[in-house]
Amino acid sequence: MGTGPRTLFEKIWDEHVVAEEPGAPAVLAVDLHLVHEVTSPQAFTGLRQRGLRVRRPERTVATADHSVPTHSRSLPILDQMAANQVGQLTANCGEFGIPLHGLGSPNQGIVHVIGPELGLTQPGMTIVCGDSHTSTHGAFGALAFGIGTSEVEMVLATQCLLQRRPLTYEVRVDGRVSPGVSAKDIILALIARIGVSGGNGHVFEYTGEAIGALTMEQRLTICNMSIEAGGRAGLIAPDDTTFEYLHGRRHAPQGGAWDEALARWRLLPTDPGARYDRTVTIDASQLEPMVTYGTNPGMGIPISGRIPDPETATDPGQRRALAHALEYMDLRPGEPILGRKVDVVFIGSCTNGRISDLRQAASVLRDRRVADGVRVMVVPGSEEVKKQADREGLGEIFRAAGAEWREAGCSMCIAMNGDQLTPGQYAISTSNRNFEGRQGKGGRSFLASPLTAAASALTGVVTDPRTLPGIDVPSVMGVG
Amino acid sequence: MAEPFQTFTSRMIPLPAENVDTDQIVPARYLKVTDKDGLAEALFHDWRFAEDGRTKDPPFVLDRPEMADRRILLAGDNFGSGSSREHAPWALVAWGIRAILSTGFADIFRSNALKNGLLPITVEPGRHRQLFELSSADPNAELTVELDSQVVHLPGDEDLPFEVDPFAKVMLLAGTDELGYLLGRLADIDAWDASHPARIDTRLGTPA
Ligand code: SF4
Repeated sequence: MGTGPRTLFEKIWDEHVVAEEPGAPAVLAVDLHLVHEVTSPQAFTGLRQRGLRVRRPERTVATADHSVPTHSRSLPILDQMAANQVGQLTANCGEFGIPLHGLGSPNQGIVHVIGPELGLTQPGMTIVCGDSHTSTHGAFGALAFGIGTSEVEMVLATQCLLQRRPLTYEVRVDGRVSPGVSAKDIILALIARIGVSGGNGHVFEYTGEAIGALTMEQRLTICNMSIEAGGRAGLIAPDDTTFEYLHGRRHAPQGGAWDEALARWRLLPTDPGARYDRTVTIDASQLEPMVTYGTNPGMGIPISGRIPDPETATDPGQRRALAHALEYMDLRPGEPILGRKVDVVFIGSCTNGRISDLRQAASVLRDRRVADGVRVMVVPGSEEVKKQADREGLGEIFRAAGAEWREAGCSMCIAMNGDQLTPGQYAISTSNRNFEGRQGKGGRSFLASPLTAAASALTGVVTDPRTLPGIDVPSVMGVG
Repeated sequence: MAEPFQTFTSRMIPLPAENVDTDQIVPARYLKVTDKDGLAEALFHDWRFAEDGRTKDPPFVLDRPEMADRRILLAGDNFGSGSSREHAPWALVAWGIRAILSTGFADIFRSNALKNGLLPITVEPGRHRQLFELSSADPNAELTVELDSQVVHLPGDEDLPFEVDPFAKVMLLAGTDELGYLLGRLADIDAWDASHPARIDTRLGTPA
């Protein structure tokens, strides 16, 4: 295979190609298969119908996250269909010998939060899951992407997948972000720039000074939303930040195996002179906090910006899309986004539900009260995040501020579990999708960073965290 | 497993919306099913039904009586973005859709569609605009979709050639699936496994 300089993506791809017949896609080996309750039941049914076993249960792991309630864990799941789905996951994992971090387990959580947390996600791996935000795991320099349920069945049966080789797309983020601007703002700015289909057919690699300076959790936030720009996957070259994060985690290699792994991982970064099919450059120092105003994640503006006018769109399709979005959101062209009323604040999800996100939110909410009439939900990404937050006293800060401090799960990111907006309500959310009805039928979502969401919780309107009196933003950014 | 894909003729369902995401195709609350049945009802649910559960007035395009037997969806740019839910193509197929025309498709949606006998056809922007013009000038215009020769026949002897992944085409025409192909490669997979040490053991530290 490739003898010339290769990209990070090409190195992982080449190593995992099992076979490639002329005219057929590559047979690609999968190192880690993550399973959750929503996209797997029909795959297990398929296995049973064909009389197949799970080929590699020890490379497969499951959790329940999408449809689980986030109220007290001591109550049963009241939604019969959700209860049945979670029950089926438990039964399927039992029957096929798949380890399950189910409801009540100390390691239960959003699938893309627990993978990194347990050290399952490692550089150089191929990782798949029946979930589009599998791109998250690329932050470790793994090739990680979402698949459909037919493919879940294929991976369960063969630990392989049929894939056409995607193209590569370098996203170079130069410079450093200014105080109050976070990883979430970088990725929202990218999606606003290239659009929701800009990355179709491509795998992103994020490079540049700003990316190298990010913590592991911030990198996860960036890679998480690759799919919102159409990218199948998003990768970041592993470096000392990656290795430090991994070292000592449950599934990370230990002892001599660690040193061997480290030697292997250090060869992964893109070689000098390797070429990408496309490149885009973003200047991090020019970025402001970002907020979306529309009904897809590409409809984002700097927080000091104004709602765009559909009439100024050159493409008729774009004009139609924008006009439709503004109608759904009940917003008018030219209005500022700052100061728009919000009814609900949602802090959580696989984008921003990790401990450092909660620390940022807590640093804004500490010793303050959320605005009257605003519902603020803080939902940890995993049980482990919840425990850690409680150890640090963050849960108490949220409660004292008047926010709900809930149990781990996807919650209002997807609104399958009863946590949802009512028609017409506005939310500011740290999650990743502002599609119509995504957070509840008829609900309207502004996507933003944890800092921006927490600042807005205090005022009840979209608020720039950099302008809140008494909050020292640089010190906030110094937190974890 | 899907039926073999056969040449068919149908009028179009025009849906001039861009970036239709899979949350619109099947809202998340319908993902609690554990089989593939009943999803036709969920298709575009929140665009079709009002708060009180009644069909919207005027009805969404799918619910107009003359659309009932149509099998070609003419959609706006970039169809199927967002979630990987295969429930989206399951619901479209359950409704009776067999082909979608757009200027582009999100990767996972395209892949899922092809595994369910649903043909995503990418049309360049100029032809795409013409198709919308055709569908408003003559709502009863009939199109014939021929996968074998990769052509959509338009009224008046006009042909619209399209690209399709050659492997997916073989699978669609035969009505077979990729798992069968993969199972046929087990010897290769065993050989790869033997030369590549496992990276992890997910059972570590979990109760058996
Ligand atoms: S938190 Fe949201 S985006 Fe992430 S896995 Fe759950 S539902 Fe999907």
